[in-house]
Amino acid sequence: MNLTLRIWRQAGPDVRGRMVAYQVTGVSPDMSFLEVLDMLNERLTLEGADPVAFDHDCREGICGACGVVVNGVPHGPQKATTTCQLHMRHFRDGDTIDVEPWRARAFPVVKDLVVDRGALDRVIQAGGYVSAPTGSAPDAHALPVPKADADAAFEAATCIGCGACVAACPNGSAMLFTAAKVTHLGLLPQGQPERQSRVLDMVAAQDEAGFGGCTNTGECTAVCPKGIPLETIGQLNRDYLQASRRPARSRS
Amino acid sequence: MSSSPEAARRAAARPAEVGGAAVLSAQVAVPGADAASGADGSGAGVAWAVGAPIADIRAPGGPIETRWDRRRFEARLVNPANRRRLTVIVVGTGLAGASAAATLGEAGYRVKSYCFQDSPRRAHSIAAQGGINAAKNYRNDGDSVHRLFYDTVKGGDFRSRESNVHRLAQVSVEIIDQCVAQGVPFAREYGGLLDNRSFGGAQVSRTFYARGQTGQQLLLGAYQALERQVAAGTVQAFTRHEMLDLVVADGRARGIVVRDLVTGEVSVETADAVVLATGGYGNVFFLSTNAKGCNVTATWRAHRRGALFANPCFTQIHPTCIPQSGPHQSKLTLMSESLRNDGRVWVPLRAGDGRAPGDIPEAERDYYLERVYPAFGNLVPRDIASRAAKNVCDEGRGVGPGGLGVYLDFADAIARLGRPAVEERYGNLFEMYQRITGEDPYEVPMRIYPAVHYTMGGLWVDYDLRSTIPGLFVIGEANFSDHGANRLGASALMQGLADGYFVLPNTINDYLAGGPFPALDAANPAVSSALSDVTGRISRLLSVDGDRTVDSFHRELGRIMWEHCGMERTDAGLRKAVGEIRSLREEFWSRVRVPSSGAGLNQSLERAGRVADFLELAELMCVDALHRTESCGGHFRAESQTPDGEALRDDERFSYVAAWEWTGGVPVLHREPLEFEYVTPSQRSYK
Repeated sequence: MNLTLRIWRQAGPDVRGRMVAYQVTGVSPDMSFLEVLDMLNERLTLEGADPVAFDHDCREGICGACGVVVNGVPHGPQKATTTCQLHMRHFRDGDTIDVEPWRARAFPVVKDLVVDRGALDRVIQAGGYVSAPTGSAPDAHALPVPKADADAAFEAATCIGCGACVAACPNGSAMLFTAAKVTHLGLLPQGQPERQSRVLDMVAAQDEAGFGGCTNTGECTAVCPKGIPLETIGQLNRDYLQASRRPARSRS
Repeated sequence: MSSSPEAARRAAARPAEVGGAAVLSAQVAVPGADAASGADGSGAGVAWAVGAPIADIRAPGGPIETRWDRRRFEARLVNPANRRRLTVIVVGTGLAGASAAATLGEAGYRVKSYCFQDSPRRAHSIAAQGGINAAKNYRNDGDSVHRLFYDTVKGGDFRSRESNVHRLAQVSVEIIDQCVAQGVPFAREYGGLLDNRSFGGAQVSRTFYARGQTGQQLLLGAYQALERQVAAGTVQAFTRHEMLDLVVADGRARGIVVRDLVTGEVSVETADAVVLATGGYGNVFFLSTNAKGCNVTATWRAHRRGALFANPCFTQIHPTCIPQSGPHQSKLTLMSESLRNDGRVWVPLRAGDGRAPGDIPEAERDYYLERVYPAFGNLVPRDIASRAAKNVCDEGRGVGPGGLGVYLDFADAIARLGRPAVEERYGNLFEMYQRITGEDPYEVPMRIYPAVHYTMGGLWVDYDLRSTIPGLFVIGEANFSDHGANRLGASALMQGLADGYFVLPNTINDYLAGGPFPALDAANPAVSSALSDVTGRISRLLSVDGDRTVDSFHRELGRIMWEHCGMERTDAGLRKAVGEIRSLREEFWSRVRVPSSGAGLNQSLERAGRVADFLELAELMCVDALHRTESCGGHFRAESQTPDGEALRDDERFSYVAAWEWTGGVPVLHREPLEFEYVTPSQRSYK
């Protein structure tokens, strides 16, 4: 296959970026999208040009490092598939493909397709955990958890923190990310003691980090590579309302 | 305190180890009678020298069941008020690093945590699929701490330490409790209790799991605990920072040289102790199941500063990976071993049978694992399953492109359990397979082939997880300690978390009780020389300005290693490999092209530094593989096999850990003899 890639090039955070077109030839349909970028970078290096910077690591769809906007859609056209698992058999010979970084106020561009997603870590710091210091745990079977709850908690916990939801949201909101964690821990008995402070503090941290508000557009769940359902946001809203109606439970 | 025979034993062992690596160099013997050297066909000489033996002086003797209790009691403590004055650097944020940093933070130490990824949550532990072992015996199927200990020592082909492995088995039980308390959503049964599955090398069901994403869920638990400590102010997290050297001052590890990958700034960070949790070195093969960023730099730099590197040739080739689809391939993807619970491995009976799998009748299929190993069947350990796959492919019975593949078939499981049950167990793995290959494993059997997955070798550590450099601790896959010559499935997660949550936080106190150590300023020669070494190296990489890319060297190195230091190794092949690695290394330093500059994000520069270190490690791996003329576990020397092709150990000559010292020239071998008091080494049989 021969393709035209129009890629966002930006030398640094404070430099103006622009789309640059590159012809790539000899693309195999069995290649992953990132392998095409690898191939382009090999050529750019030998031509004396600066290769395209992009984040990636595991290349099996679980670390959450990769992610670019392909033809306007975070992670590209395949549903529930990260960029690294997107294979070229889903494109046609002669296609022109636009490749851009995540765009959101909370994710400043570092270089080319690489953005800073540290804001997501700060949301977790605000309460995305169960306070269980090492050594304090009772026997694992001390507290049975209904299978349905454990399964639903697991579904929410599969979030890989890639940030596609933020990139897809017209408001640049991280609500699906936050809701996934609130739902995961809120469904388990271990998460109950901090359930109210967790939701209040994580939502506050989200606002502080520069993420926008949620207007239930649903673009987030449509692009989520792990298919985190929109209902988690409903769950977050219920928890938030319940927590807000009680005397202040925030820790901060 | 220790009983008198115990004290005598330690005193006897001490002279060999005291003072760490600095003294070891002085004891380097001239090449001994058993130190081979010589020339290979291409004329490159491969030599090593034999130094003084080394001993694990901190392992308590006495009954194995109480060794860990006694060590914890004997180890010195640091009172909570003093912990605030002590700084610990933890490099790496995988299961071992994140759990250690979080736990040390909870204890009140000042912790600095470093990772090269943009978030601690992305460390490669996240990709572990199948599960985590623990001797809970929730199945009432005869499991116990002793059985997990036994299985692990046997599975490692009797090349690990009994003390360490027994402790691992003991601690395994606490790990599950800890993770459940953190909200890790393990798979459960309808009664609300935890479910288990089986893994290779065991006849009990002791593996806890979260669908095919157990590593992800365990890592997120540790990551969340880490972030909680970041919020509490006990841990400072530095993301997109890569350790490029170790600072050793007055014989102690006192800090690291790090590069901020975003700004390009290189700086020295000092501490009272340094913990490396930087994972394994499987990426020396270029193609492996490791994440692209996994590298040996942190441990290799520590090795060059005096830490001994143990058993570097012990690498694990995982039997169930998706076969390579073409020369563009940038990495290989694992299909969890758990699939062998229900999938059946087979190839056509006849060589060169080109029919589609569905057209091959039952009678013309060879379910070779079930045939050769009836007791364990499809659940034989990884090294055995990999070699068996290689053998049938060598016979011309492999399937798929190039004949490098075997079938992993779920037709029986789907007929027996129904598709929904299979989907529930393995859904995400099937999906991943379909995405990569474009084939639907519910309809046609998966094709799988072995690939490099894990490295049992690593920096040498004692029972306290201390390296030979005082103040340098090594945990998780980065150390060599628990898996011998072959790791059992679902034991990597167990070891990473055991080291990070429970072992290191107990043993490091004993060292830190001697601190705080005098502050190091920038003028200290140890600091300034480490810093200038790193900046000099970066300038060198940037200034070659040659005509080959970093990846082209990495791919070539990978090919050499896979061919000669992979599933089967021979004397001639290894000697040839050493020659090829040396010339490739020379070529690298004269022809590599690293674009742009060191100021700011430069991913080519990051890779170049890692490949430069792989090019040095590769040679040591080959030397280690060459000197160990026996076969054991994942290390298969063609010259040493039983009449039916199984690995043939040579306990008489090789029942030891090979700990290598860096000299800049000929590497020096220090042997740590292995003693077995509780498990008698035998020819492993899974038949």
